[in-house]
Amino acid sequence: MGRSLREGSLVPILIVLAGLIVVWYVAAVLMNWQGMSDFYQRTDVSNVSFGQQLNDVLNAEKPLLPAPHQIVGEFWKTTVEQAVTSKRSLVYHGWQTLSATLLGFIMGTVFGIGLAVFIVHNQAMDRSLMPWIIASQTIPILAIAPMVIVVLNAVGISGLIPKALISTYLSFFPVVVGMVKGFRSPEQIQLDLMRTYNASRFEVFTKLRWPIALPYLFTSMKVGVAASLVGAIVGELPAGTSNGIGARLLAGSYYGQTIQIWSALLAAALLAGALIALVSLAERVTNTALGARA
Amino acid sequence: MVEAKGLGLTFKTADGDVVALSDVNLDIKRGEFVSFIGPSGCGKTTFLRVIADLEQPTSGSITVNGTSPADARVNRSYGYVFQAPALFPWRTIEKNVALPLEIMGYSEAERRERIARTMKLVNLDGFEKKFPWQLSGGMQQRASIARALAFDADLLLMDEPFGALDEIVRDHLNSELLKLWASTRKTIAFVTHSIPEAVYLSTKIVVMSPRPGRVTDIIESTLPAERPLEIRETPEFLEIAHRVREGLRAGHSYEV
Repeated sequence: MGRSLREGSLVPILIVLAGLIVVWYVAAVLMNWQGMSDFYQRTDVSNVSFGQQLNDVLNAEKPLLPAPHQIVGEFWKTTVEQAVTSKRSLVYHGWQTLSATLLGFIMGTVFGIGLAVFIVHNQAMDRSLMPWIIASQTIPILAIAPMVIVVLNAVGISGLIPKALISTYLSFFPVVVGMVKGFRSPEQIQLDLMRTYNASRFEVFTKLRWPIALPYLFTSMKVGVAASLVGAIVGELPAGTSNGIGARLLAGSYYGQTIQIWSALLAAALLAGALIALVSLAERVTNTALGARA
Repeated sequence: MVEAKGLGLTFKTADGDVVALSDVNLDIKRGEFVSFIGPSGCGKTTFLRVIADLEQPTSGSITVNGTSPADARVNRSYGYVFQAPALFPWRTIEKNVALPLEIMGYSEAERRERIARTMKLVNLDGFEKKFPWQLSGGMQQRASIARALAFDADLLLMDEPFGALDEIVRDHLNSELLKLWASTRKTIAFVTHSIPEAVYLSTKIVVMSPRPGRVTDIIESTLPAERPLEIRETPEFLEIAHRVREGLRAGHSYEV
């Protein structure tokens, strides 16, 4: 415990978090103060003490910037105090987003690995595909997402699949780039060694290229899983979908429910953190099995 | 075992042609320990790579084990030990030794038996479950020799296998290699740039020179088969070493 306190990252993270919360409170007061004064004026309330106004500012219903405790309170109310099947539950919306994220992430990773395999083993593929893959990522996802949703909706596909496809679109890219580099990382001496054994291309792939590329895969997957989550949320914005974190964000901004927006953001951040932690865990388990130095 | 006639290899580079090998005539008989010595650029490694079908000669002819180098490679008739151990860091030592056996389709039981046997041959028994980074450089190179021995090819090609090791480890591995050669009766082609190493190990020393890479002398060793490390201080040893040095000088190998 003493070791983990000194060398672990928990303490520094907590210190930074505490600093951020202080800054946040100061900002919340500064940003909402004038609005509250205007409100007093409109409602003919006068002689408000400083303490009273401070209290009102920090507990306003639609503040410009909600204070941390308001967000946590809203988060608590919409997770723990709501049935998970309720449309008011962030757990329900979180799962809507998470399921699309996971499906899209898995499809994107598999698709990315497949493309990388083709590119590494076929020069024509390398020359013809890579520019298109890079070009695909220069198109703003916000422009594509509504088209995907609308077109698929028109052919009767809605809900999970269209969102997952947008996640796939965003997450295959880091995987393809990382794995092409990974599959090409064997040294000449290792390739020569396999050649002296008269190993087939398949054997070179399974016994050399694949294991040597695994560290690249996990790095790519960490980027990919975060991109997947963004993709799923973006996929929830258009066409009036009412499910998912993206829908909560949109509804919140329509009705000026800043606290709802921020608590949805908090949910998204927690999801992203959990997903990356999951990939990191898989990475550690794999590394240990593959003999990495402790 | 290996027969080269008028063998030549020219690399085409942007700066023009580089003659790596020119008119090499050489006969390696079964059971011989042949060393190739010369300064860098003399083509000794290139010649070894031609035997292994890792480079293609541009003139002359060569047979390995009675066939073309390509067929010899397909028949897995040689084991190759590289300058670096080239162990796969994600595999334990025994899994590294198992690598060629897996590719060549040996059964699980056969693999276990061969791993145990070759690990003993190179004095690495007890380190089967270690990963490469847990072993010293000398032990890693021994593991790579075990890997080359595991599938029982008659010909062992070694490209400066101990070049990166310190003198003390190298002495030790040299005497172990001689014992291994005596007990397995393999044919060994050994590339080195150390004169004592070449003289100590070999039954035949091929002296090579650069620009163009060629053979300047072939010395049949008169040293007895039994060679303690002290043999390196005998007049006979020093005389052969002297002749190697003369061969290198004749090929202008000392001019930089």
